Amino acid sequence: MSLLLQILLAFGTLSLLAIGGANAVLPEMHRLLVEVHGWMDDATFSQLFALAQAAPGPNILAASVMGWHIAGPAGLAAATIGMLLPAALLAWAVAGLTHRLSGAAWLKPAQFGLVPVAVGLIAASGVIMAGAAGTGWLSWAIIGVSTLFVWRTSLSPLWVLAGGGALGLLLL
Amino acid sequence: MTPSLGALGLAYLRIGLTGFGGVNAWARQLLVEEKGWLTEQEYAETLGIAQVLPGPNALNCAIGVGVRFHGAAGAMVCGVALFGGPMALLMGIAALYDAYGELPLVRAVLTGIAAAAAGMVLGTAAKMTGKLRPSLPLLLVGLGALGMALARVPLPAVVLGLAPFGLLAAWWGMRR
Repeated sequence: MSLLLQILLAFGTLSLLAIGGANAVLPEMHRLLVEVHGWMDDATFSQLFALAQAAPGPNILAASVMGWHIAGPAGLAAATIGMLLPAALLAWAVAGLTHRLSGAAWLKPAQFGLVPVAVGLIAASGVIMAGAAGTGWLSWAIIGVSTLFVWRTSLSPLWVLAGGGALGLLLL
Repeated sequence: MTPSLGALGLAYLRIGLTGFGGVNAWARQLLVEEKGWLTEQEYAETLGIAQVLPGPNALNCAIGVGVRFHGAAGAMVCGVALFGGPMALLMGIAALYDAYGELPLVRAVLTGIAAAAAGMVLGTAAKMTGKLRPSLPLLLVGLGALGMALARVPLPAVVLGLAPFGLLAAWWGMRR
């Protein structure tokens, strides 16, 4: 079996398991890429994942970077298509369905009921990210200010990111 | 208000390129606050469904938003726009990181940005909670999701375990 096909299949299996996105499939991704296929070592895996987290865009782009590391541009394409296509087709089918049924009385509580779960999970990723980023008093101060800024104003969050980067440059 | 296909594509291109620390906070900011294409409630509902489905939330959400306004074409445009920009950028960053990633200066800037991004996600959660004004049962479901996720309960278990309670709380809230 060609390498590209293997990459496509590996990420294709991950795609439909990835409830909750990139962080949720991280352990399974590690098992497949490092242990089963031996495409990279531990250190490379974690560095590539951190890199995708630091860059803008969906965190799932970690899969694309890993595909690139394994087999160049073609590997990037195979990993991205494998990771995104199955889930995208499902999401498309479901979105069409909920849109057509949007008048149905029984659907309202179903949509309403998932709202708090969605918000709770956002809060949890915030706490987990803060735990990883809070390495000293300065980073905790940045976290606090940025939380208040985004919570209390409707200005673009880019300002706090730029501010955080500048403070890090000056003081860390 | 229905945005044109082009406006939707541009919006998602921007969401992808600005989306540090995951794109959901940025998508909410642009779609709800800046453009007013979706209400807080509509966005939260779309995100809720996106999180239950497998695959990246951001992509599921983009597809949901795209289908809502422009059917299959909208889904395609939003999805491609969301990934196209950051993917190109990431290739450049990966190359730069290989060359300069170990410099202390670069490390310090990245640490500051990571801290600000964490605060941004926390602030978004606080803001959404304030605006949605959940009933007490719904609030408890939300806190349950937060607690379970922090206890590193596997995500499918969190979602499937809490969904019935969420449905019950929503149904109870609507009956009154």
